[in-house]
Amino acid sequence: MSAPAAVTLEAIGKRFGDGPGAVQALTGIDLTVGAGEFVSLIGPSGCGKSTLLRIVANLIEPTEGSVQVNGKPARRARLDQDYGIAFQQAGLLEWRTVQGNVELPLALHGLDRGARRAQALELLDLVGLADFAGHRPSQLSGGMQQRVAIARALARRPALLLMDEPFGALDEMTRERMQSELIRICAETGAAVVFVTHSIPEAVFLSQRVVVMSPRPGRITHVVDIPLTARDEDTREAEEFFGAITEVREALRGRTKVEDEP
Amino acid sequence: MTKRIRATQVRRGAMLLIALVVLAGCWELYKLVIPDDGVKLGSSLILPRSDDASMPHLSEIFKVFGQQEVAGGSGGTVLSSVINALWYSLRLAAAGFAVGVAIGFLLALAMQRLRIVERALLPYVVLSQTIPLIALAPLVYGWSGNLSLFGLEWKPWMSVSVIAAYLAFFPVAIGALRGLASPPPVQTELLACYAASWWQTLLHLRLPASIPYLIPALKLAAAAAVVGTIVAEISIGLQGGIGRLIITYAQQATGDPARVYAPIIGAAVMGLVAVGLISLLDVALRRYHTQEATV
Repeated sequence: MSAPAAVTLEAIGKRFGDGPGAVQALTGIDLTVGAGEFVSLIGPSGCGKSTLLRIVANLIEPTEGSVQVNGKPARRARLDQDYGIAFQQAGLLEWRTVQGNVELPLALHGLDRGARRAQALELLDLVGLADFAGHRPSQLSGGMQQRVAIARALARRPALLLMDEPFGALDEMTRERMQSELIRICAETGAAVVFVTHSIPEAVFLSQRVVVMSPRPGRITHVVDIPLTARDEDTREAEEFFGAITEVREALRGRTKVEDEP
Repeated sequence: MTKRIRATQVRRGAMLLIALVVLAGCWELYKLVIPDDGVKLGSSLILPRSDDASMPHLSEIFKVFGQQEVAGGSGGTVLSSVINALWYSLRLAAAGFAVGVAIGFLLALAMQRLRIVERALLPYVVLSQTIPLIALAPLVYGWSGNLSLFGLEWKPWMSVSVIAAYLAFFPVAIGALRGLASPPPVQTELLACYAASWWQTLLHLRLPASIPYLIPALKLAAAAAVVGTIVAEISIGLQGGIGRLIITYAQQATGDPARVYAPIIGAAVMGLVAVGLISLLDVALRRYHTQEATV
């Protein structure tokens, strides 16, 4: 028996407010993310990509449609901690050490101290921060803090990672390094990823599929397959990489014009 | 690093001492420069008198502490009376502080938990502090006259503590409310994603995040409890505390003007002790002082 799809979205719609002032943020979203698949959501500001991610995370409820995560209703999946999540801000707790931050989801799930410690150290090793376990978040650079946040997202060994512009606040060099790290981590953990980003190269480099969205109301306009043969530093200079970037860019241009922030 | 902290502490202590010396110098300089009857412009006094009855020399004030309580008597010195009164009042203030902090914190929790409670309660919390304390004290005393709670007989000192609590709860309620609501959305959403219960969110996120807000609130509450205690003692005429001593010595002012200052200095010391104790707590909770993340 094959694993259930990581995410199944059917006819999702989301309206904020009601009456004449209501805003239709999303409409008619159908999307399936397979187990272990890496899918990026890309689109201009206000296209509802973050809203969609929040619906998958069950932080907000859709007005229409149904959401399944790992074959369960989204709420059940959240309560079971079936997914890990990372935001643009690392959001680390300042009064906890790096290790303490990674242990937080484990502690909330009732793991005992020894198991927590062992698992946190293993995860910190995975993101290359084993030497910083006892540091405070404020002693780390932005990129390192974000790596701690990723380790924390992976703490429960989720089959699904939700990421909302996790590298958005990092400089370009750090950002590219983190992308390669993420590819490696995903290969090691086998987790599916839904990744929200503004950056076309980032989406192309990371994803097997790029979902292109357009605003007002937010909807999916194109789904671009990215059949890259390899994803390493050479890929960034490869012909097929630029080809895919062009394809996504044209998909974005097809239905959108530059618009102001909502 | 500890050396640097030590150095800052020494410097801070030195500044405190210098400030005290400057203050004392100003007092004596005023006495030296301004005539005894003060300075008049026409018929109105624009600078207060500086004669020995109005402004005794500092040396006189400190001599008072060594005097016998009753002239020629064999009782304790003024110093021992002040210390006894201080100890008495400080305990009442501490009881009031504890009750006030507990109530203030519970109110903040309720207001944080339910928006509707905040909207309903907050205006009254603010309103409560606009009622003059001296109007309130006799009322509390009157209401509780024959009160008996679970066999525990209501004592007058409890009324004093209630009034201290009434002042102390306010800064805690406001500070704790701000502190509990201080975690940014990214952190509260994170806890929601972990399916953390309200209680877990409180314990792991809101409570530790509120500490930088709570410490100054507790300092204000400690000072407020001390003021409340002294005013309430005077207002309901409770014996034994520093408030009563202020009145007693004020009545002896004609004979011994310097005496008035002894319990006032005592009251100031009491406030400093109360705030100092909170500062110790502050040091113990240092790791919860959030520095801004570098992201």
